[in-house]
Amino acid sequence: MKQALGLPLALLALVVGFGLTSEYFLTRDTFIAIANDIPALTVMAVGMTFVLIIAGIDLSIGSVLALSAGLTAVAMQSWGWNLPGAATLGLACGLFCGTLTGAVTVAWRLPSFIVSLGMLEIARGSAYLVTDSRTQYIGGAIGGLSTPLWFGISPAFLLALAIVVASHIVLRKSVFGRYLVGIGTNEEAMRLAGIDPRPWKVIVFALMGSLAALGGLMQLSRLEAADPNAGVGMELQVIAAVVIGGTSLMGGRGSVLNTFFGVLIVAVLEAGLAQIGASDPAKRVITGCVIIVAVLLDVYRNRRKRG
Amino acid sequence: MARAPLLRIGKLCKSFAAPVLTDIDLAFDTGEIVALTGENGAGKSTLSKLIAGLISPDSGEMLLGGERFSPRSRVDAERSGVRMVLQELSLVGTLSVAENLQLGAIPHRFGFIDRDAMNARARAQLALLGLDSIDPELPVSELGIGQQQLVEIARGLSGDVKLLILDEPTAMLTAREVEELFRQLALLRGRGVTIVYISHRLDELQRIADRVVVLRDGRLACDRAMAEVSHDEIVRMMVGHDVHEDEDRPRRASGRELLRVANFSGGLVRDASLAVHAGEILGLAGLVGSGRTELLRLIFGADQKSTGDLWLGGRPARIRNPTDAVAQGVGLLTEDRKSQGLLLGQALAMNLTIAHLSTVSRKGWIDGGGEERTAQQWKQRLRIRSKDSAQHVDELSGGNQQKVLFARWLHRDCQVLLLDEPTRGVDIGARADIYAELDALAKAGKALLVVSSDLRELMTLCDRIAVMSAGTLVQTFERGEWTEQALLAAAFSAYAQTMNMATDKAAS
Ligand SMILES: Nc1ncnc2c1ncn2[C@@H]1O[C@H](COP(=O)(O)OP(=O)(O)OP(=O)(O)O)[C@@H](O)[C@H]1O
Ligand SMILES: [Mg+2]
Repeated sequence: MKQALGLPLALLALVVGFGLTSEYFLTRDTFIAIANDIPALTVMAVGMTFVLIIAGIDLSIGSVLALSAGLTAVAMQSWGWNLPGAATLGLACGLFCGTLTGAVTVAWRLPSFIVSLGMLEIARGSAYLVTDSRTQYIGGAIGGLSTPLWFGISPAFLLALAIVVASHIVLRKSVFGRYLVGIGTNEEAMRLAGIDPRPWKVIVFALMGSLAALGGLMQLSRLEAADPNAGVGMELQVIAAVVIGGTSLMGGRGSVLNTFFGVLIVAVLEAGLAQIGASDPAKRVITGCVIIVAVLLDVYRNRRKRG
Repeated sequence: MARAPLLRIGKLCKSFAAPVLTDIDLAFDTGEIVALTGENGAGKSTLSKLIAGLISPDSGEMLLGGERFSPRSRVDAERSGVRMVLQELSLVGTLSVAENLQLGAIPHRFGFIDRDAMNARARAQLALLGLDSIDPELPVSELGIGQQQLVEIARGLSGDVKLLILDEPTAMLTAREVEELFRQLALLRGRGVTIVYISHRLDELQRIADRVVVLRDGRLACDRAMAEVSHDEIVRMMVGHDVHEDEDRPRRASGRELLRVANFSGGLVRDASLAVHAGEILGLAGLVGSGRTELLRLIFGADQKSTGDLWLGGRPARIRNPTDAVAQGVGLLTEDRKSQGLLLGQALAMNLTIAHLSTVSRKGWIDGGGEERTAQQWKQRLRIRSKDSAQHVDELSGGNQQKVLFARWLHRDCQVLLLDEPTRGVDIGARADIYAELDALAKAGKALLVVSSDLRELMTLCDRIAVMSAGTLVQTFERGEWTEQALLAAAFSAYAQTMNMATDKAAS
């Protein structure tokens, strides 16, 4: 598939538009702020792209993020674990949550919408239990992930960028990516072609869970604290970014690179609207409109192509 | 004829990426049956869809009963009395047969569906085609694809219709259902309905049609009275050369046994046993709904059998699911290509290689160049008509989609290949190509099990033909032993028995 020019152009238009309305927008600080703000959103959006491509959905990622971050923080603060151990525990927790969602979805042939809705509650509740319903401060213990390297760019941003590039290549060029696209297009046809869709689907949800946990670690490092209320509603923000990037909710179609543009559009919109002094409610109204317009454009593009 | 035609088409053009139809001039008279034929991708379905309002032309005009006719949608065309039965099934699987039959005009009282009226009307519609055995309350998804096709036709036959277009209605029907359909079509013609009948089965066309229209590369190649043209002439106009189908072949030499199933039961199928040897093509004949497809699916592991044992290459084997089957060298070309075969919205190349990605990948990474070469090879070998190998399969004509799926399984190179209606919707030339491929497979020592609704096809291809009737295998014929009558009689036999038993019961 050729890279469509629509998304980069839309992004450019937003940047130029905000640049014209606010004299502070086109500064280094803005871009550094955006770059350091988006790693968590980015890695989760990458995972969600895979999930949507197999025609699934995962609503639990905000809670899984909170649980994984909470667990890492508690392991360091209360149990005295060292950083690598605690971080591994957090990632393993995300991996476990995702695998569970995937396995239940596949084993009982339930819609992932429902299963992940259950997981949303389970993980959120667990996050409260683990953190004793209190924000856990860890100080600068894993600050390294968000300390600026050069030009104010953090390792977290570079890691997210690397994940975007790697995932894009995997989806386009690997047998695994090919299977996912096939499964999202016609699961029964794939089964009858001799490819068992079940393990692949579980892997995708496991990946999603792990990336949500990674997002949790990124936030933890930046905020130096794990809030059991972290990531509430984040699943919707992530899905919005992915959909703006042109991935189909019906499965079988999507691109990680376009997802990244979707993330950038969401982030620029957020930052730009804040700078021109839009109120929070107004920001939400505008973001909502952008989502709908993006989907409309996508539908229109497809119709025209089909003639 | 002095009277004005029912529908006149003038200089109709349509292109997608490339021109598909160019300057089509045609007139259809009231009460005639027009055969529309031509190679795969010649533009038959596109022309029909233009008339039935599913797509709109780029230029040209249509006059219906002397008035300008430019339907904006299918519903719009139906309001003017123009109906079409699509090549691809378009029933709603979750709705009942009755609901599907009356979609758009469901009878209601005080805003509630009038179930009794709806079912009664549905029964009448089904009875027209002799489908009394189908329960109108059944969800459509529970019907076999042949029966779905019949329901779809029943929907087309009802309602206020002046012009009825049938796009390959018989591609999956057996002789019995075809007879019922033809009787209805004759009745409709008597009532002054004009019928456009698309098919690749020339003998059918010659039986029923008054006139034959042949499309070639999107242009009109012939428009003449059926009686004036011979079978061979039509074939030449379609494909540009003669095609010979040879029924009198000697039986192939067969080797060791590659597939044996014993006492398979499950779903409709009861106690089926058969064996296929290397180098042999075994045919499976039977009426629509007799359990042929089900038996293939049980062997392939697509459905769960309740009892039965299986041997592959003489050794006991277990196939629990299609993945097991394919891993052990068993392939199944499904009959329902849209929902069980194609990855719609994906490239031709991807559809072709998906069952055997290891041939076009290294260490888990797809070799784009290798995939392109593979796709090109198959495209040429089976003469698949498409823009390039990246074109999405939903843009291909029905027959070309079928060739893609056939190529998928040829490429997989299975020891045992189960084929359900392998020539569904392909034109005469391509059918000969597919026969040649199957023959080559048999000669290379594979074992083939072929289901077809077309007895002539089985008689051309097979070394033995097993006949299924009401879920049981009733008889197996050797090449040389069979006649069309004998095969048909066997296909009916189990139904006749149950009928006899029923009448016996009623009598006692
Ligand atoms: N939506 C589309 N986009 C691009 N090309 C299309 C589209 N629909 C049809 N075509 C092309 O138009 C040509 C004619 O297709 P059509 O379906 O009318 O053929 P047909 O005569 O019905 O063939 P068959 O016998 O295989 O059913 C084909 O080459 C096909 O690839
Ligand atoms: Mg067609």
